[in-house]
Amino acid sequence: MSAAGTETTQRITLARGLNAGLRRAMEDDDKVLVMGEDVGKLGGVFRITDGLQKDFGEDRVIDSPLAEAGIVGTAVGLALRGYRPVVEIQFDGFVYPAYDQIVCQVAKMHYRSRGRSKMPMVIRIPFGGGIGAVEHHSESPEAQFAHTPGLKVVACSNPVDGYWMIQQAIACDDPVIFLEPKRQYHADKADLDVDVDATPDPLFASRVVRRGDDVTVLAYGPQVKIALAAAEAAAAEGQSLEVIDLRTLSPLDMGPVLASVRRTGRAVVTHEAHVNLGMGAEIAARITEECFYSLEAPVLRVGGYDTPYPASRNEEEFLPDLDRVLDAVDRSLDF
Amino acid sequence: MNELVQLLTPEGERVHPPDHDQDFDAETLRGFYRDMVLVRRIDTEATALQRHGELGLWAQLLGQEAAQIGAGRALRAQDHVFPTYREHGVAYTRGIDPLDLLGLFRGVDHGGWDPAQKHFGHYTIVIGAQTLHAVGYAMGMQRDGVIGTGDPDRDAAVVAHFGDGASSQGDVNEAFIFAASYNAPVVFFCQNNQWAISEPIERQSRIPLYQRARGFGFPGVRVDGNDVLATYAVTQAALQRARDGEGPTLVEAYTYRMGAHTTTDDPTRYRLNADLEHWKLKDPIARLEVYLRRHGLVDDAFLADLKSEADALGHHLREGCKAMPDPPPTAIFDHVYAEETEELRAQREGFVAYRETFEAHHPQEVAR
Repeated sequence: MSAAGTETTQRITLARGLNAGLRRAMEDDDKVLVMGEDVGKLGGVFRITDGLQKDFGEDRVIDSPLAEAGIVGTAVGLALRGYRPVVEIQFDGFVYPAYDQIVCQVAKMHYRSRGRSKMPMVIRIPFGGGIGAVEHHSESPEAQFAHTPGLKVVACSNPVDGYWMIQQAIACDDPVIFLEPKRQYHADKADLDVDVDATPDPLFASRVVRRGDDVTVLAYGPQVKIALAAAEAAAAEGQSLEVIDLRTLSPLDMGPVLASVRRTGRAVVTHEAHVNLGMGAEIAARITEECFYSLEAPVLRVGGYDTPYPASRNEEEFLPDLDRVLDAVDRSLDF
Repeated sequence: MNELVQLLTPEGERVHPPDHDQDFDAETLRGFYRDMVLVRRIDTEATALQRHGELGLWAQLLGQEAAQIGAGRALRAQDHVFPTYREHGVAYTRGIDPLDLLGLFRGVDHGGWDPAQKHFGHYTIVIGAQTLHAVGYAMGMQRDGVIGTGDPDRDAAVVAHFGDGASSQGDVNEAFIFAASYNAPVVFFCQNNQWAISEPIERQSRIPLYQRARGFGFPGVRVDGNDVLATYAVTQAALQRARDGEGPTLVEAYTYRMGAHTTTDDPTRYRLNADLEHWKLKDPIARLEVYLRRHGLVDDAFLADLKSEADALGHHLREGCKAMPDPPPTAIFDHVYAEETEELRAQREGFVAYRETFEAHHPQEVAR
């Protein structure tokens, strides 16, 4: 990537956007460290940290032993010493060995210390399925972290957000679980204007990504692309869908959501994670609490079934695709 | 147990192991004695406060005074400590008002001191979790260039405290691996007090704990944890090794939990009284007192002054504990985040408004 300060527009993938964002954060603040399994010489199994160790050295891009609790636990100590560690969990299903450190230590350190000990840590997790992977490589654990006070949880959905959101998460003084839709890493390209004067949207803000009048479709991470495709298909049949990229899962930014639902009277929430007690349940509850009289239909949820993630030959059946989103839209409109 | 480093026998005889011997002047010896007496007083007062209902719980250190004072006094100002929830003696050596230790056990806060200012982390309840924090902190020191410079006021190290029970935890074993891999300046200080609540050390390890270090690739040493001189000497050497950039050491302080695990525990259900009686003969304070008296290093006036000092400390703890105010109800919402969320602000406002509905009807009850 070109150095910060020069004005260039590039066609980049999500992977390159994240890489460029990490690079710029490391240039801007020498307390920023990257650590995880294979993040150094290899550049990460998805190449998100490609080239960073070469340019910033082994003290700042740290190849760690294969121990997730160890990675997050030592990152706690580095944060207490004044560093801003960016931890990579190699795959969603591998975060659980670190779950205790994340929930009991990372999330509670600021509270426990009455604000004396800050925990400016980013835990990057490639999440979601659709890549034909073996077990434990396709999971969506976001609700487990969004349920934990003290953590903030965000999910990027596109290359430009990847570039800005990772920098904003690193600048945040609270611990941020940063979810990256792994099947989007190398998929679509977008124009990134690497302009230091650009003002990105705030990190903890949802965003209307397509205007519409009939049904509000709420999505994040990998489902944003599917929701947009669903809206396109629905338009051909005369249905006007509004699509909102939630972007932040904890805190939730309900303002744009509520404004939209008050207008459309209908909402469908979609995520890859299991529906039972997933983000959709919380969002449906909040919509019901805040705009009960605007609703023309119950808030519907479209997500993964309440099963373990299936063997990959069946994952297309498990994942909420365009047709399942449209099915929910139809049920909402027919209610 | 010929591998046990000892400088002062249970009978109060000075011995001189070639690798770890050290001379101590009278002032230092009296200081160790004073520290241990005062720390034991903190422990007995806190136990009594729990019995009187002023504390919800207390984790006793009775019998571990030498291990903690030895380890604590070996520190330099710039060294950093990551404690369990039982390091009251080490906290005392870091200049923490013992009253600040009580808040956690009284339920008014989760820790009343500033870890950065005192170079002493918060008590950690989840067994062994802090050992990883210690290694990460030590990795930070490496990056800050405060290791191996040769400047005694600059070079620093970390002490990770844990116990024999924690040695079975994954976090502790991962901490060993990370420390070894990065050659981190950390001393793993394990107080093997023989008991993890009701589970004896035999349930945790088939070999002496200090020998585990070898498998991870750094030295381990077992010291008589009831001998303050040996604990001090061994910890000081391990800390210097770390500060010099030579990497981690495991120190196993071999001691005994003479009290219960905590005030909720009943050790008579699982261990023999004879065992306790045996260890009482190895009491860390008694042996130093024998030595000091035999060599005329303390007199009655010193001991009387110390007793007065301990009494004053007890008074400070009793009165201070009872006067400790409950946190205001809205403290529930404080410091969840460095940058508070709108969601939480709204919840706090809702909580305040909800309480005010009571205030309108029952003002006295709310004020109480």
